[in-house]
Amino acid sequence: MNINTTKIISLLFFIFSAFYLYTAYQIQVFAFDENAPFNARTFPIYLGYAGLFFSGLKLILPDPNTIKVEHKNLEYKKTGILVLIAIIYGATILKVGYFLTTSLFLFASYYFLGERRWILMFILSFPFVAAFMYLLHGVLNIYLRDPFLQSIGVMG
Amino acid sequence: MIEGILIGLTTALTFQNILMVMVGCFFGTIIGMLPGLGPMTAIALMIPITYGFDPATGLILMAGVYYGAVFGGSTSSILLNAPGVPGTVATSFDGYPMAQQGKAGKALAIAAWSSFAGGTLSAIYLLFMAPSLSKVSLSFRSPDYFALMILGLTAIAAFSSKGQFLKAMMMVVLGLMLASVGQDSLSDITRFTFNNMNLTDGISFVLVVMATFAMSEALTIILKRNDPTSAAKQVSLTELGSIKINKEERTKMYKTIPRSSVIGFLIGVLPGAGATIASFLAYGMERNVVSDEEKEKFGKGSVNGLSAPETANNAACSGSFVPMLTLGIPGSGTTAVMLGALLGFGVQPGPRLYMTNPEIFWSIIMSMYIGMVILLILNLPLIPYIARILAVPKNYLIPLILFFSVTGIYVMSFNNFDIYLMIGIAVVATYLRLYDFPMPPLILAFVLGGLMEENLRRSLLLSNGSWEFLWDRTLTACILATTILIVVWHIYKTFKKKN
Repeated sequence: MNINTTKIISLLFFIFSAFYLYTAYQIQVFAFDENAPFNARTFPIYLGYAGLFFSGLKLILPDPNTIKVEHKNLEYKKTGILVLIAIIYGATILKVGYFLTTSLFLFASYYFLGERRWILMFILSFPFVAAFMYLLHGVLNIYLRDPFLQSIGVMG
Repeated sequence: MIEGILIGLTTALTFQNILMVMVGCFFGTIIGMLPGLGPMTAIALMIPITYGFDPATGLILMAGVYYGAVFGGSTSSILLNAPGVPGTVATSFDGYPMAQQGKAGKALAIAAWSSFAGGTLSAIYLLFMAPSLSKVSLSFRSPDYFALMILGLTAIAAFSSKGQFLKAMMMVVLGLMLASVGQDSLSDITRFTFNNMNLTDGISFVLVVMATFAMSEALTIILKRNDPTSAAKQVSLTELGSIKINKEERTKMYKTIPRSSVIGFLIGVLPGAGATIASFLAYGMERNVVSDEEKEKFGKGSVNGLSAPETANNAACSGSFVPMLTLGIPGSGTTAVMLGALLGFGVQPGPRLYMTNPEIFWSIIMSMYIGMVILLILNLPLIPYIARILAVPKNYLIPLILFFSVTGIYVMSFNNFDIYLMIGIAVVATYLRLYDFPMPPLILAFVLGGLMEENLRRSLLLSNGSWEFLWDRTLTACILATTILIVVWHIYKTFKKKN
């Protein structure tokens, strides 16, 4: 059997399905439901077996369409930085507020992706977010929590 | 039916809804044009905005986005040979050679007129077929629905995966597993939450769509931006040529459009098939029916070769609404996203939609047609300007997609956990995409998960735990037989290819 990344993903999916199946068997159901033809754990149990079946087949059967990915051509570093910025954005959006975090997120993302046209970067972050925020909050009445704008008295 | 059409027209022709169709077509065209971003991403990005409107208006906006994105996909196919959507791959076969010959404007005009004609004809087919189908589907019972969902999931796995059926089936199972997180609908018992309160209500549909499409699409673009195999060749966007179509070309289109629209619509109606298969089939059929002299031109800038897939992919878009509106089962990944949005509005598609919410049912059908007209009016004169949008730098595009994704989740839940979960799913989805694991089956399974469990529950309880319900009714047995046929056909095709 030829080991390639697809097989490794299939193996991981097999392990995940086994864990899912184990957890499905642990679902607590009401006593009167225990022997019912269908209860809260029935469907997940079938799904667990289906996951084991398909990933098992993928593991065992030969893979004629092997996908080769040239990892050296992929931009892992920039993608990683972008994901990290998104995580920081997610972590601060509630505490700091929508306007400031979103604007900073956009500005930082443009910068890390290699952009250096500062004026355009600024326009497409702070004023852009302000306009978008006005559209959501002001026009469409979608509530946006923003402690920062509230603290400086811009938002009620 | 006339009454229904009038209801639909009254709803669709309000100032607000016409404006929504225009906005939808415009943004859909722009998003669809950007390589890698298709109708599903476009609609996913629109979902949070539509929650500010009533269901009819929200759906009208999404229908506009859908058609706009499909047309936008054709533009990048023709100008860059980089299809924005899989459904427009066949468009590039003859559209791009035409553009290289300095006839990019003409190619775009042929695409626009063919899309319009395909959409118009299929809207007429939809008008007549949907009510009768909804009557037929009233006779469906739980076992039939369960079997139909199995068919839909198997079909989308078989058709969407380019010979990777098992990978697609793994994605189906993963989608169903994600849908099983949270409270059981009947007993309220929590499942797979690991005592995390944030998971009690389950994983949000918008979160999964944003993560697997919008966000992972953006991450994939960044990941592959130095990959020479994904770099697109570019024709000059300043020399588009005339957009006028001469008499000879029009005559060719008159013959191609009706037959391609029928193929497109019928393929679109089948669960799991859709615009991609429809456009390839129409292209193949067109090549077989034209004269030998015309056949020689295929792949070198043939009018028939461009018109056929363009007509078929738009006709398939309308066709895919039939199973969604009448059976509550989406025919494609895009309609799965729309189904999720409908459920979010509290509207349950299915045979009863026609009776309980006729204004939604008919306004969708009517707005589709209005969308077509507006798309043509808007896009034909704007072709030279729209083409310039293709030059938007990715340094700006990617952060904006990420911003829309995070905002979409933020305004829905005001919860950090959901944002982390979305980023986590997006990272996994990006890695899976690298190895050709298709995402549409996952979305379809996620949307259908709850309904599937519900119908299986009813069927098993009614048959006292026996699986005989699968062959007790002729209709159920026929649907399952079709499912088996698809699987067997797929295995046969794979072995034939290998030998």
